[in-house]
Amino acid sequence: MIKFDNVSVSFTNKKGQIVDAVKNVSFNVNDGEILGIVGTSGAGKSTLLRTVNQLQLPTGGHTIVDGKDIGSLSGKSLAKFRHSIGMIFQQFNLVSTKTVAQNVAFAMEIAGHSKEEIKRRVPELLSLVGLSDRADVYPSTLSGGQKQRVAIARAVANNPKILLCDEATSALDPETTNDVLQLLEVINIKFGITIVLITHEFDVVKKICHRVAVMNKGELVEIGDVSDVFTKPQHEFTKTLLSHTFDLDLPGRLTEDKSKPLVKIIYNGEKAENAIVSNVVKLYDVDVNILHGKIEYINDKPFGILIVQLIGKQDDIYNSLDYLSNNTYRTEVINERD
Amino acid sequence: MNETNYSELLNNLLPAFGETLEMCGIALLLAVVLGTPLGVLSYITSKHSICQNRVVNLIVGFFINVIMSTPFVILLVLLLPFTRFVVGTSIGPEAASVPLGIVAIAFYARLVEGNLHAIDKGVIEASLAMGATWFRIVTNVLLPGAFSGMIRGLTVLAVTLVGYSAMAGIVGGGGVGDLAIRFGYYRYQTDIMIITVLLLIILVQIIQTIGEKASRKVQK
Ligand SMILES: Nc1ncnc2c1ncn2[C@@H]1O[C@H](COP(=O)(O)OP(=O)(O)OP(=O)(O)O)[C@@H](O)[C@H]1O
Ligand SMILES: [Mg+2]
Repeated sequence: MIKFDNVSVSFTNKKGQIVDAVKNVSFNVNDGEILGIVGTSGAGKSTLLRTVNQLQLPTGGHTIVDGKDIGSLSGKSLAKFRHSIGMIFQQFNLVSTKTVAQNVAFAMEIAGHSKEEIKRRVPELLSLVGLSDRADVYPSTLSGGQKQRVAIARAVANNPKILLCDEATSALDPETTNDVLQLLEVINIKFGITIVLITHEFDVVKKICHRVAVMNKGELVEIGDVSDVFTKPQHEFTKTLLSHTFDLDLPGRLTEDKSKPLVKIIYNGEKAENAIVSNVVKLYDVDVNILHGKIEYINDKPFGILIVQLIGKQDDIYNSLDYLSNNTYRTEVINERD
Repeated sequence: MNETNYSELLNNLLPAFGETLEMCGIALLLAVVLGTPLGVLSYITSKHSICQNRVVNLIVGFFINVIMSTPFVILLVLLLPFTRFVVGTSIGPEAASVPLGIVAIAFYARLVEGNLHAIDKGVIEASLAMGATWFRIVTNVLLPGAFSGMIRGLTVLAVTLVGYSAMAGIVGGGGVGDLAIRFGYYRYQTDIMIITVLLLIILVQIIQTIGEKASRKVQK
């Protein structure tokens, strides 16, 4: 659907320095998928996304949509192409002088739909996003979540093939974020719209993305299925990003006490459901003291971390560690004696 | 001090008031009709805007700046040949409307441009992303978005023009300001001067009040 082919974008900033915002990025976005792009601030996520509808021209390489090089489009053909791409933003960007219904109608007017067609479709769209009763109010009277719903209705008004979301939930509280994400998922499934979604929250990725691309300093450092990237991050940067999501902070006195091993057990996929910890207790003469833990479900597959303290005789502890290593995704002792 | 002849004053005052309204009215009309598109042109051709064009932007900016920075009295004199060419005479309220109108156009163009710059860039970007043409963005996003500010600007302009119209009186433009100068200043009829000035103050107040009401009414 979308093919980034060696895309680079550089800017000259106000001081006259050249900023390489995107550097030789190549990857594909598949038809019908929800792809997340994550990365720290300034990683070039927005800039890359904006090459998809030529809000930004690549200074090197090509962004190709449906086999068409977007950089070669201009004038009428560019306008026509843009009708087939929806976009939503962190700040919603609704026209404040138009009512909710008029905002949605605006997108259709731009695409040249007839008055009758617009009149028929706008209520449909508003009911899709659950705002039928707010059709005639102005955006300033809406909550953030409602504004984003209007923006979504507007973005899908012309039956786009692709929906671009630039931090669409970053200005919303967690509950509203969930609602908006659910709506995006519905749109993806119901209309088969391919969604590319920028976020800095792994939580968002976890909830609705199929695949995730990780960007750092303008480069693509990793791309893959969400569960793979979460459980087997290949790149140092991804690991750092993820560790913030799975930050399990223990009080210092526990990690400093080297007399009893602290073991970090990482579960991945189906293994999380096996009774591994209780097996250890039964098989070997050790006590297991659970200090911290978190299990997440990514695309229905469990992924989690457990931090335990093993108490017992040296031999038993070694055997337990062996058993854990063999039966979990990964096991490591985090307070190794130096 | 001369005896004040109030019936003479009244006979002079009413037409003078009409002349002031005529001069300022014509100038305001010109400002709205020509100053608005000029302001829009200046905005959309500016850097990073929707119709970026350096040459057009420089020309428009230069025109506006020259008019705004030339003292009005000098502009009056400099424009005399042009005024004669357009209205056939250089005396009277119609003639005074020409320089007044030109100042109004430049002044209003800047005010419009300023209001356009205050519009959220994100909304413009969203419109571009939907494939809107620059013309549709101007008519659907920019002008409606700047509307209440433009009305406020029109109020400021009207008030300024009332002041400028008094200066136009010096070169035979007529109007209340002219009356104030002729009777009050040259003939030392202080009471007439006070009456005319009061009249101007009331006129300005009325304009201000109407303008503020209107601008608040259209705010979304
Ligand atoms: N128009 C521009 N002119 C100059 N530099 C720019 C421009 N747009 C972006 N940049 C620079 O390019 C880099 C990448 O910016 P970009 O907005 O793509 O990052 P991002 O990953 O979206 O970050 P954030 O999470 O903060 O939105 C930044 O260093 C930014 O300062
Ligand atoms: Mg960004």
